[in-house]
Amino acid sequence: MSLECGVFHTRYESDMGLRPWPMQRIRLAVFAVFVLVFPFVAGPYWVDLANQIAIATVGAIGLNILVGYTGQISLGQGAFMAIGAYTAGLLTLNLGLPWGVSIALACVFTSLAGTFFGLPSLRLKGLYLAIATLAAQEIVEWAMTHWTAVTGGTEAIVIPAPRLFGVRLNSTFAFYWFGVLMAAGTALFAANLFRTRMGRAFVAVRDQDIAASVIGVNLFRTKLLAFATSSFFVGLAGAMIAYYRTIITWERFTLETSIVYLAMIIVGGLGSIRGSFFGAVLITLLPALINNAGRALQDTAPVVANLLPYAQQAVFGVVIILFLIFEPKGLSKLWGNVKDYFHVWPFAYRRG
Amino acid sequence: MPVLELRDLSLRFGGVTALAGFGMEVHNGELLALIGPNGAGKTSVLNCVSGLYRAQEGTITLTEPDGASHALHRLAPHRIAALGVARTFQNIELFKHMTVLENLMLGRHVHMRGGVLSGGLYLGRQRRAEIEHRRYVEEVIDFMNLEPLRSAEVGNLAYGNQRLVEMARALALDPRILLLDEPTAGMNAEEKESMARFILDVQEERGVTVVVIDHDIDVIMDISDRVVVLDFGRKIAEGTPDRVRNDPAVIDAYLGRTRETA
Repeated sequence: MSLECGVFHTRYESDMGLRPWPMQRIRLAVFAVFVLVFPFVAGPYWVDLANQIAIATVGAIGLNILVGYTGQISLGQGAFMAIGAYTAGLLTLNLGLPWGVSIALACVFTSLAGTFFGLPSLRLKGLYLAIATLAAQEIVEWAMTHWTAVTGGTEAIVIPAPRLFGVRLNSTFAFYWFGVLMAAGTALFAANLFRTRMGRAFVAVRDQDIAASVIGVNLFRTKLLAFATSSFFVGLAGAMIAYYRTIITWERFTLETSIVYLAMIIVGGLGSIRGSFFGAVLITLLPALINNAGRALQDTAPVVANLLPYAQQAVFGVVIILFLIFEPKGLSKLWGNVKDYFHVWPFAYRRG
Repeated sequence: MPVLELRDLSLRFGGVTALAGFGMEVHNGELLALIGPNGAGKTSVLNCVSGLYRAQEGTITLTEPDGASHALHRLAPHRIAALGVARTFQNIELFKHMTVLENLMLGRHVHMRGGVLSGGLYLGRQRRAEIEHRRYVEEVIDFMNLEPLRSAEVGNLAYGNQRLVEMARALALDPRILLLDEPTAGMNAEEKESMARFILDVQEERGVTVVVIDHDIDVIMDISDRVVVLDFGRKIAEGTPDRVRNDPAVIDAYLGRTRETA
């Protein structure tokens, strides 16, 4: 089995591939097989978690495009997911549009809303921009709960289940395939984006915006495009939640959602697509694992078990703090370290 | 016919005057050095040309070979870059989390097409464009001898190499005019010599008009065709290196004397 040594690319096309080395392709194949087999061997509880991970992956990649890759901090994730969810749901409910059309329109609409709320980024950077996006979050939250005529206010909206060829798509098993497709598509799109012209411009704006402008990057356009692209996928994640749960409530899209997603990409790895996935996995599984631990300890150590639900938030915080201290580049970097070790194995030197 | 003409530039920051009616011409294909004591306004001139600063008064005109002229003092930095004006910075402004290759590919930004959608889908046209421009970038890498560093992350490179990468990124833009802000700052004698050779190669082999700022007078006098001397935001002398070297106004400016007390 060949690792990186001894592989020589003789054409730019093969050198520029997303997975230029055989080992990477093998890893991807193994993962693909796992994904294909998983819902047949795992129980509905775990498939449901996988669905949540798929949705979170789409949302986290979306947020990472903006925060990790373009360096524009956003606290408006919850708001943009809400716009995606409500738009998709209301289009189906009020206009009777098919779910596919509603989702597409929801993505486009969220993208426009994101661009609008991204306008302050042309003047504001860092924490100041974060506060401006916080305003977006507050405005949308207020609209969700008070604009009763449209959103139903604090009452939940129930939308009809999506169907494809007569099959209910929001069953745990059926949605799994939809979720995997969307997550994989989003990941592929983002991976392609960041190896081409516009994606590079996003990263250039993050790393050194003045140099980016003198090399020919239009900062105004690029920042707005980053907001548009990011919110497109965030809106998709929101719309996916709407159709998966078929119940839309404002409580899913609060400021806490924004923070949880930021935690996801920080723990997973800023500016990394696989990191977005790792973060989505960890942050989705963490509460579930703590719950399970609680249930397991119910008989043997009821005191600990009763405390665990309260510990959930604390554990969440501790995990983030530990990552910030010990591996600010997140799970993605840890995985990278493992790969680096085997990169030129059996030799000991590292790439680069 | 000057390729670049600066006329009566005045630039003030609050009460501080950076440029006071500065003007100069840059001729096609020449290597022009811009020198002067610290704080004379050299970098301000480059910043005005590349659109980072906007002078309160004065004009900057770029004339293309076909005679079309552009008022650079009204354009945004990215538009000026698209006209073929590239530059480096005194403090090295690279995209430090990207590889050398990606930094250079950004140099091709203005020559490439493709937005978010075509990039994300990576279908035929975008793929071909990436490969075609990769080929150009590889030529620049070859020119600057950067092959061993191609896939290294720029932030990890040694200082001297970062300067070379920054110059390579500017060259990837295939510039008509290259502005170099202290390209040999912080380098040892050997690095300076090799940088000087690169600058000469850029001018001679690639036919690029070069405007260079540097404090190393020896390097400047060796390589430049013409020298413009600035002091307190004004041009105090201009001409061949030899003439400028012996100009009393220049000697005064550098030694800090005034004509009256001398």
